[in-house]
Amino acid sequence: MHFFTSEFFFGHINYWLFIVLMMTGLYIVIGKGNLVKKIVGLNVFQTSVFMFYISMGKISGGTAPIFPLDGKYNPEIAYSNPLPHVLILTAIVVGIATTSLGLALIIRIREEYHCIEEEEITVIEDAVFRREYLQAKSQGETL
Amino acid sequence: MATQTVHHTAMTLSDHLPILQILIPFIAAPLIVFIGQRKLAWPIAFIASATSFVIACLLLSKVIGGSVISYQIGGWAPPLGIEYRVDAANAFVLFLVTGIATLVLPYARQSVGSEMPHQTQTLFYALFLLCMTGLLGVTITADAFNVFVFLEISSLSTYVLIAQGSYRDKRALTAAFNYLIMGTIGATFFVIGLGFLYMATGTLNMADLADKLTGQYESRTVRAGFAFILVGMGLKVAIFPLHFWLPNAYTYAPSAVTTFLAATATKVAIYVLLRFVFSVFQPAFLAETSTLEIIFYPFALLAMFAASFTAIFQRDLKRMLAYSSIAQIGYMLLGIALLSETGLMATIIHLFNHGITKAALFMGVGAYVLRSGSSFYVQIQGLGKTMPWTSAAVVIGGLSLIGVPGTAGFLSKWLLVQAALEQGYWPISMLIVASSLLAVMYVWRLVETLYLSTPSSEQTIQEAPLSMLLPLWAMALACIYFGFETDITLGAAKAAAQALLAGSSGMMN
Repeated sequence: MHFFTSEFFFGHINYWLFIVLMMTGLYIVIGKGNLVKKIVGLNVFQTSVFMFYISMGKISGGTAPIFPLDGKYNPEIAYSNPLPHVLILTAIVVGIATTSLGLALIIRIREEYHCIEEEEITVIEDAVFRREYLQAKSQGETL
Repeated sequence: MATQTVHHTAMTLSDHLPILQILIPFIAAPLIVFIGQRKLAWPIAFIASATSFVIACLLLSKVIGGSVISYQIGGWAPPLGIEYRVDAANAFVLFLVTGIATLVLPYARQSVGSEMPHQTQTLFYALFLLCMTGLLGVTITADAFNVFVFLEISSLSTYVLIAQGSYRDKRALTAAFNYLIMGTIGATFFVIGLGFLYMATGTLNMADLADKLTGQYESRTVRAGFAFILVGMGLKVAIFPLHFWLPNAYTYAPSAVTTFLAATATKVAIYVLLRFVFSVFQPAFLAETSTLEIIFYPFALLAMFAASFTAIFQRDLKRMLAYSSIAQIGYMLLGIALLSETGLMATIIHLFNHGITKAALFMGVGAYVLRSGSSFYVQIQGLGKTMPWTSAAVVIGGLSLIGVPGTAGFLSKWLLVQAALEQGYWPISMLIVASSLLAVMYVWRLVETLYLSTPSSEQTIQEAPLSMLLPLWAMALACIYFGFETDITLGAAKAAAQALLAGSSGMMN
């Protein structure tokens, strides 16, 4: 199996790091009950994708893709691919918007629920749900 | 860079229609914020969405015959430049989105007025237009990364719009937060998938992607990319096991928002799924991998039954309709999974018909919320007598949801059954009919509550205002109209299905 050679490991080191970061982020989003931690996890998750794209555009020995002004460029110079970097600029902006919106929602949730733990919120919502159920029953619900 | 002469032929306004489709709502949204007058917000929003609707109609009339409009942004030729591409499939979706937006806005005026405080209403209309811009952009663009950008524009505004329901019920906030988490994970998965495809091909233009992907279907990179895109979009579509954000989001959002989202947002996501599954990846790829057999069939069938079954036992009309939406998405997936022209036509027509049906039903719900305070069954008992016009329209919507002959819903279900029979899958066609029976049960429960039970409170409830009744009835009549007059929907769906099934050759001029 060629999976366990050192070349396979180090040759793909950027992908391994991407996968570790991505899974860390995803785990925090799913595993943590604190809403702020969830947003942080989401951030780590998104950042891993940024890293993935940025490392994808890198060419070994490649330099910054800036074209000489006089138009005389040396064809032997390797340039990194700028497109993934530009794409990720857009994605970073989207990530910031998502984070700030998420945090703003947490502030509103804290104002209404007085907590930011998922478990406590579930308890409060269950109580509301039960109250609705009893109310419906007392008013003669058919089902 | 060496200067390149761009051959600039004189362009008329009609050549710029594809970009105007996006720009008009996109510019109107900040305009509303800058003017900042609550009285002007609604007219601006309405004019913008009505203009987009006219543009969408013009575009649809141009491409319904099977031709394609390609618009190069800034004159940069694809595949390097970003391209907007209008064919029968997306022109039809543009028509649906702008049409629904134009009808929801007059309705929203009263509904939003009663469900939201004054100071946030101006911003509401700006966000509504931004959401619409995002949805239109996702639909019209032929650049894969552009899809992500527009998707996030529409998603971010959707989260805020849903959170506006917190003035009525604080659970709207947690619903919006959960949707934000799920939606962002979905969109990020989508970007990862695009990254893999870009690694394999070095391009982001959809037609170019399709070209360069043929012959690479064995590559693990490409397959991983496909999987990420499928799951990412699946979250947005609310494919059965990925649907957990949907019921709460629809239930607690303001009624006008729910109407707009239920009728358009998931439909646009289905369109993107169709575009990627059939145009970027060819049907040959689907036949090679067994995605359809393993993922689409079981989950589509599960959605049809589990979600319909859950819908029967809800005590809130709005939540019942949300679950029914998940079930209807199952039908659309089934049409995709059948992988035939008839199946695809069924999906595209159902996408449209379900859009107008759900719009009518959720508009009815909004009218009940306005007059009786909530949409719980106990609260709307006996409203068939006090709100006869609203209730009649809701019943028409309910019939279309079941798929009773003479309504729009019948046409798409009939096509779906036909498509299943064509492939010789008669058990599936039986299951479609069986799950429609579940729809009969939850719609009957609604009819029973409206007409056969006695009102729970003695207070006098008036009929909904005319500004809400007119859009509601426009939708209800559309449900009947598109049940009889099938040329538009069938014609567009046929052209769209053929273009999609032709794969990349359908995308090349």
